[in-house]
Amino acid sequence: MPKDQVIASIDFEKVRADFPLLRRNIKGKPLVFLDSAASSQKPEVVIRALNTYYEQTNANVHRGVYQLSQEATDAFEMGRKKVQAFINARHEHEVIFVRGTTEGINLVAASFGKKFFREGDEILISAMEHHSNIVPWQLIAEQTGAVLKVIPVTDSGELDMEAFDTLLHERTKIVAVTHVSNTLGTINPVKTIIGKAHQMGIPVLIDGAQAIPHMEIDVQELDADFYTFSGHKVFGPTGIGILYGKEKWLEEMPPYHGGGEMIKTVTFAKTTYAELPHKFEAGTPDISGAIGLGAAIDYVNSIGRAAIAAYEHELLVYGTQRMLEIPGVRIIGTASEKASVISFLLEGTHPFDVGTLLDQMGIAVRTGHHCTQPLMDLFEIPGTVRASFAMYNNTEDIDRLVAAVRKAATMLI
Amino acid sequence: MTINELQEDIITTFDFFGDWMEKYEYIIDLGKNLELIDPQYKTDDYLIKGCQSKVWLHAGVDNSGKVVFTADSDAVITKGIIALLTQVLSHHTPAEVAQADLYFIDKIGLKEHLSPTRSNGLLSMVKQMKLYGLALSAKAAEPEK
Ligand SMILES: Cc1ncc(COP(=O)(O)O)c(C=O)c1O
Repeated sequence: MPKDQVIASIDFEKVRADFPLLRRNIKGKPLVFLDSAASSQKPEVVIRALNTYYEQTNANVHRGVYQLSQEATDAFEMGRKKVQAFINARHEHEVIFVRGTTEGINLVAASFGKKFFREGDEILISAMEHHSNIVPWQLIAEQTGAVLKVIPVTDSGELDMEAFDTLLHERTKIVAVTHVSNTLGTINPVKTIIGKAHQMGIPVLIDGAQAIPHMEIDVQELDADFYTFSGHKVFGPTGIGILYGKEKWLEEMPPYHGGGEMIKTVTFAKTTYAELPHKFEAGTPDISGAIGLGAAIDYVNSIGRAAIAAYEHELLVYGTQRMLEIPGVRIIGTASEKASVISFLLEGTHPFDVGTLLDQMGIAVRTGHHCTQPLMDLFEIPGTVRASFAMYNNTEDIDRLVAAVRKAATMLI
Repeated sequence: MTINELQEDIITTFDFFGDWMEKYEYIIDLGKNLELIDPQYKTDDYLIKGCQSKVWLHAGVDNSGKVVFTADSDAVITKGIIALLTQVLSHHTPAEVAQADLYFIDKIGLKEHLSPTRSNGLLSMVKQMKLYGLALSAKAAEPEK
């Protein structure tokens, strides 16, 4: 698409104005928020949805005979329907509300692992996984005797697909990889991975935390067995997330947490479990979170995911080019397919120093290992400075980042 | 000078700075010029884990029984703040170190660097310095064997 057309397809001024927090000043300067990969800001419609819920609808769900409880239940379940449509899940009950990506992965690791892992079985993850897609597998591996296998990452920050082919074999019980790397921005070929795994009858979990805000996700088209993401990274509230799972797996898996909501009948001798999705939703759920996530989805849809992806790609290209003009800047993660994340190092400096000075200039970036310590070890670096862009950022934000990095360089080197 | 006199000195120095840049330039300078730690102490045994930058800290005692801290970090701003901390706490008795009230950090506007969320190891470093002070004063109180 020609550049003008893309830029024109998103009404930037309006989008920016939709996010109240972005009007803040930090250290006396207008905030430049470049840490959306950690958590995105929330549009006014999401904030309003939360308020409205508490002001007008608040009641527990799935239990009351009174009108308010019915309204709350409807609003909560409407959130689920919106998520179902957003990721194109076949069934509503394949959409499980969880706290976030972390809980989604823990749920699958604990429940699927308990049912299917035996001594010597293999769990295949990659070297670019977030700790939340490593540690839950280690925990279940310890309990079951399964072992963790790791797909290596190339110097440019891509999965070594040849190695993947050889690592995938009969003992592999599940493949769990991230769709987009939070540290490198790499968009992984998850469809190919899923296709290859399925040829051998192996299910695949995709960590969609970083993909969901940036691109269209169709879980049926991907044929993912599990797909999990966090609401707070897609302009929704914190505390709510989604685990999508294929019905056939969710039916076979034992419950994860026990409690109210998830049971059919309880006696001290035996309890039978509720149908999906409630089997995996013990206790009072994050009702307002589900409603807020629904509002966030409506908001994203109103802008259009294709338009967002195209706009962010423009920012990535511009940002990459501008950053590379700075002497001493080295970008970590140079995959050909990338989301709008630029991780970099400034030669002769520590990421923490750069981040501290950028903060003084009103620019919010992330520094450190980004919860991907094994990946940092692989690149033999202590961490990176990461700037991540969302639809509410523009080239002006990037220009301020570039100017600030140049200033930091003069101070530090 | 006492610990508090040294703190006042630093506060006065920082009062001269017009803006954050001068302040940080000064800290970076201190960091770059921080006396090197003896390599034998730059090992995991002396490492204070911060999630972001690492800090190595060693406490020794000089002939007159005063504590001498040497420290290092892989981040230069952290090193600069380390320089300030050792400047204040070194060459005092273990008891003085253990009881010190380090108010200067707040006064010179660097409180955020000592927040637990900063995870640069500095907060743990201050705690560790005081622990050394405690441990060394307990040791000094022991009767000679
Ligand atoms: C790739 C990836 N996976 C998982 C997570 C964990 O998400 P949450 O903390 O919302 O559970 C993150 C968040 O940083 C992430 O970037």
